[in-house]
Amino acid sequence: MGYRDDAGALKRLVRDDRVHRDVYTDAEVFQLEMERLWSRTWIYVGHASQIPNAGDFLTLDVATQPVIVVRHSDDSVRVLLNRCAHKGTKVVYAPSGNAGKTFRCPYHAWTYRTDGTLLQIPLKEGYSSAVQHGGLTKVESESYRGFIFARVAKDGIGFRDYFGDSLSSIDNLADRSPEGELEIAGGCLRYLHNCNWKMFVENLNDTMHPMIAHASSAGTAKKLWADKPADLQKPMAIEQIAPFASDYKFFDDMGVRVYPHGHGFSGVNFSIHSSYSSVPEYEAAMKKAYGEERAKTILGTVRHNTVYYPSLTIKGAIQSIRVARPLAADKTLIESYTFRLKGAPDALLQRTVAYNRLINSPMSVVGHDDLHCYRSIQEGLAAQANEWVDLQRNFDVSEFKEKEKTANGTSEISMRNQFRAWAEFMAP
Amino acid sequence: MTDPVQFVIREARLLDEKRFDEWYELFAEDGYYWVPASPNQPDPLNHNSLAYEDKLLLKLRIERLKQPTAYSQKPASRCHHLLQAPEIERSTKDEFLIRTNFIYTETRGDDSQRYAAVAWHTLVGEPLKIRLKRVDLLNCDAALPSIQLFL
Repeated sequence: MGYRDDAGALKRLVRDDRVHRDVYTDAEVFQLEMERLWSRTWIYVGHASQIPNAGDFLTLDVATQPVIVVRHSDDSVRVLLNRCAHKGTKVVYAPSGNAGKTFRCPYHAWTYRTDGTLLQIPLKEGYSSAVQHGGLTKVESESYRGFIFARVAKDGIGFRDYFGDSLSSIDNLADRSPEGELEIAGGCLRYLHNCNWKMFVENLNDTMHPMIAHASSAGTAKKLWADKPADLQKPMAIEQIAPFASDYKFFDDMGVRVYPHGHGFSGVNFSIHSSYSSVPEYEAAMKKAYGEERAKTILGTVRHNTVYYPSLTIKGAIQSIRVARPLAADKTLIESYTFRLKGAPDALLQRTVAYNRLINSPMSVVGHDDLHCYRSIQEGLAAQANEWVDLQRNFDVSEFKEKEKTANGTSEISMRNQFRAWAEFMAP
Repeated sequence: MTDPVQFVIREARLLDEKRFDEWYELFAEDGYYWVPASPNQPDPLNHNSLAYEDKLLLKLRIERLKQPTAYSQKPASRCHHLLQAPEIERSTKDEFLIRTNFIYTETRGDDSQRYAAVAWHTLVGEPLKIRLKRVDLLNCDAALPSIQLFL
């Protein structure tokens, strides 16, 4: 096909109200996505609370490149390519740990400080001066309220320009802590998806699917509780799963809002998280910390899913995040994390852990419903006769003029908005 | 049934034969099915698990499998538990703790997954019921695909 040298061909994959199937299935397009979209934008790499002490590190792949996220001795967070300047060995292999003051390559003992600078090489004299003054490649990074993002490309859009006002969803999540601080807690669920990463990301604000795709899980949950007396306290699991089976009107009234560069959220007015039982001890702590009015505003903001395109999706109202890690055109790892709200009772952590297990686990019945559909699309797109994937619901030309826009909740505007950002970075 | 070893063998057989309603009845009213998501996970409440289900959630999973709208079950999954002889790890007058090594296979269409695991059954009462079935997957913290039936 030759997309690499043909910006026009890439641009033609994205139309006003549809996209070409190659965006999901083509191996070259996937490779270009990693080099362009995923390298030139700000990708979520971890949370500050995972590396509280100097020398603490995480390793992961960003845009299919190995990186280290590490807390340096001056307490700043650094992101480095995990590739020894010598032969290319990963200088640290474990998913997380503490490196002390240095990373020492296990192959020839080239040793680097945690800011990436080269500290020593055995028999140094035999190497050129350039090598002697080299180091691990540094990657641009920014932290926002503990959320660490990296941009692999050396030059490109700034962090604030990229996210703009969409950062309000991270604010709401962090503000839900009476101390204004979050801590990743309870480990991680790692769910392997045999589909393109965009199917997962688009689905988060696809509000036309829950009542259909989740009829067997959420619909059954609703039925299991249907004959119980109205005043009987609903179990948390029913409170969490049954709203997925809400009707079209519910999801339409929820509303969706989009921002430049592909970001957006549904649940402008309310969401499936709005009717959870109150936790009086927590609400009292919030009132004490913020005052009655401000606490009410924070807790009254119950956004459904916010997409920080392309890698991070958050659910402030239930304190969980899902992170997309693309592996191949048809393979994506979804990692789901939960937060402890500092200063909040344990019941809040237990609630998010229960939700995460119920919805985001490889054993989740809701997850089974979704992944079945994504995989089915991946296979269905092999059909030759129709090359286009439809995104037209409630398309309106005013979308091109308004950079930030709120629409009815069942509009597919969030998907169109994502693909406009996609085209912007893929074929500038 | 009062022999805890025979109980565990029968429990696996009910799963393999997809007799889920009968399997459900093996659980005590306060029984749980737990699949931790990390090795040596201290507890199911403050830490993410692959599954931690009381009888209500087990019922949901079983009823879902019967729904014509459970598209992820077309074609339906099958499972097989290859057990090593269950060992009585601990026995008191009120309960047994049984440890069973097993290999679990789950298939759906052309896809097949296989796991090494240890099951820990806490059995109570007369007749015996499951208070807790905990399954420790060897690779519980790996990136896993959909696992749709019961380990």
